[in-house]
Amino acid sequence: MARISLQDLRHSYLDVPRTEDDWALKRMNVEWSDGGAYALLGPSGCGKTTLLSIISGLLMPTEGRVLFDGGDVTDIPPDQRNIAQVFQFPVVYDTMTVYDNLAFPLRNRGTAEVELDGKVREIAAILDLEDTLKKRASGLTADGKQKISLGRGLVRSDVNAILFDEPLTVIDPHLKWILRSKLKELHQRIGTTMIYVTHDQTEALTFADQVVVMHEGTVVQIGTPVDLFERPKHTFVGHFIGSPGMNVLPCTLEGATPYFDGVPVPTEHPAPGNGGTERLEIGVRPEFVSFAEDGIPVEIVRFSDAGRYQIVELRHGEHLIKLLAPEGAALPSETAHVRFDPAHTRIYADGWMMG
Amino acid sequence: MTNKKAYPKAWLFVLPVVALVAFNALIPLMTVVNYSVQETFGNNVFFWEGVKWFEQVLNSERFHASLLRQLTFTGIILSIEVPLGIAIALTMPTRGIWVSVCLVLMALPLLIPWNVVGAMWNIFALPEIGLLGQIINGMGFDYNFTQQPLSAWFTTILMDVWHWTSLVVLLAYAGLQSIPDAYYQAAKIDGASGWAVFRYIQLPKMKRVLTIAILLRFMDSFMIYTEPFVLTGGGPGNTTTFLSIDLVKIALGQFDLGPAAAMSLVYFLIVLLLCWVFYTLMMRTEEQ
Repeated sequence: MARISLQDLRHSYLDVPRTEDDWALKRMNVEWSDGGAYALLGPSGCGKTTLLSIISGLLMPTEGRVLFDGGDVTDIPPDQRNIAQVFQFPVVYDTMTVYDNLAFPLRNRGTAEVELDGKVREIAAILDLEDTLKKRASGLTADGKQKISLGRGLVRSDVNAILFDEPLTVIDPHLKWILRSKLKELHQRIGTTMIYVTHDQTEALTFADQVVVMHEGTVVQIGTPVDLFERPKHTFVGHFIGSPGMNVLPCTLEGATPYFDGVPVPTEHPAPGNGGTERLEIGVRPEFVSFAEDGIPVEIVRFSDAGRYQIVELRHGEHLIKLLAPEGAALPSETAHVRFDPAHTRIYADGWMMG
Repeated sequence: MTNKKAYPKAWLFVLPVVALVAFNALIPLMTVVNYSVQETFGNNVFFWEGVKWFEQVLNSERFHASLLRQLTFTGIILSIEVPLGIAIALTMPTRGIWVSVCLVLMALPLLIPWNVVGAMWNIFALPEIGLLGQIINGMGFDYNFTQQPLSAWFTTILMDVWHWTSLVVLLAYAGLQSIPDAYYQAAKIDGASGWAVFRYIQLPKMKRVLTIAILLRFMDSFMIYTEPFVLTGGGPGNTTTFLSIDLVKIALGQFDLGPAAAMSLVYFLIVLLLCWVFYTLMMRTEEQ
C-alpha cells in the first residue's frame, strides 16, 4: 500500500512538443492518499489512460516525477513497482489453468510452491473462483477473465495500488453491478489504493470516494461525488457530471451582480472582482432552475418524461436552458419565467469557477 | 414439416456447381482411378488388372526410397522454416515505415515463379561460376551440387528455405500483430521473462496461423516438383528424386500409366491422411 504523488508531471507522445496542444498531459500535481478509492473520470482522449500508464510504469513521463510513499519510482519498471492493473479487455494466459494464471506473477518472482498455493487459494476464495481453479482460463466468460486479471494483482502481498482501466467495458450489463460491488467490497476488505479509470459517471460516482475529473490533459477537479455535483470547479465538470448537465450561460458583471441578457441573476457566490476581459459565464444545474412569477423570460421548446422527473427544455433568445420539474408537475404553456436558486448559481471566468 | 413441397426444378440451380466440381476434380480423378486398375498398350485397349499396380507400388523399393527422401526433405524444411519464420517475425518492426519495407522484402521471394527460382539457384550455386558455389568452395569446402548428393541436398533445402520461409514469416507476423498491447503490459506487470511472454502469450496467439502455415508448407513441400527438377533434375543419380519427380519419370519417362496412376492415388492418400492427422491433433489440443 502506498501514497502516490505526481509532481510536476507532464507528458507528450511527440519527441519535440512545441505548442500546449502537443502535451497529452498538461503539467499537474496530484496526491493519491494511501488506501483511497479513486475514480479517474473523463471523456475518451482526455489522457486518463496515459496518466494510468505513467503511474503503473508502462509509460515514462516526459517531465516530472512519480513518488510512492515519498520514494521516487519514475525510473523503476512496472514489475518492480508492485502495482496491479486490470485492462479494458480481459488479459488471461489462454493455455494455463485459472490456478496457473493466478500463480504466474508469484512464480515469476520465484515464490516457493507451498507459500504460493495458500496465497492462490485465498485469493480464489475472495473472488469466487474456487470452482474453476482447474479449468483452462480461456474457457471462462468475460467477467470470470476480469476476475483472473484482478486476482493476478491481488496474489502479491506487497501490492502498492490496483489500477483499473475501464474494466467493465466488455461485461454484460447485469453482471456489471455484481462485479462493481465486488470491487467496492474488496476495497473495504483489503484497503489497497485503487484507481479506476472510466468515462461512465455512474461507475465513477458509485465506486469512488474521490473522483478525479480530467479534460484535455488537465485534472480539472478532484472531489467527492457531492462536491462535483454541487460545486463544479469548471464548466466542463458541470457539463460532464449530471444528467442533463449544467446550464452554462454568458453573463456580464455589474458590481458583484451577474446579468444574463440584461436580467439580474442573484447569487450567493458573487465574483470577488470583475473578470476584466475574461469570458464570463453563469452555471446552474437544471435541478436548481424553477418556474417563477418573474425573472428570465423563456419559451418552452419541448419536454421529455424521464420517469421520476421531467426534463423541460426552454429557450431564451438563442440560449437553451434546461429545467427539471417533478413528476406530474403542471407545466406552464408556451411562455413563462424562470429563476435560478442563488445558493447554486455560480460565476465562471474562462471556464473556471470564481469565488 | 408436412407442408414442405418438393421442387424438382431446384436441382437446376445446383447443377452448375455439380458440373464444375465434376469437371474440375471428380472426372480427372476417376480417369486416374481408371488407369490404376487396368493395363493399356495404347489405342484405347484396356485389360483389367485389379489391385496389381497398387501391390506393385506399395512393395516397390523405388517407391519406398522416394517416399523416405520426400519425408526427410519435408521434415527438414519444416523444422527449419517454422522456427526461422517465427524468429524473423518476432524481430520485425511493429510500427513505422519499416513495416512496409520489411513486408515487401519478405513477400518478394513468394512472387517468383518456381522454375525461375530453380534456374536462379542452379546458376547461383554452380561451383565454377556461381556466387554461392564460389564462396563455399572458397571457404575450403568441396562443394558441387551436380555431383555430390550432400551438396545437392544442401542446395535444395537452402533454396526452399529461401523461397518459402517468407510465407511462415508473414503468417506469424499477422498472428503477432493481432495480439493487443494489454497482453504485453500485463506480462510486464506480472514480471514475466521474455521467454514466458513467448511461451504463454505469443505462441498460443500464433497457434492458429501457425497451423495454417505448417499445413501449407507441408502440402507444398510434399508435392514439390519444379524447383528441384530445374535445380538438380532429381540427381545426382536418384538422390534428390522426390515423389513428384519419380512419378513423372514413371508416367512420362517410362510410360507405365498403370503403376503411375496407382502411385498417384497412394501419393494423394498419404498427403490427405497426414493433413487430416495433423489438423485433428491441433484442433484437439485446442478444445482441451
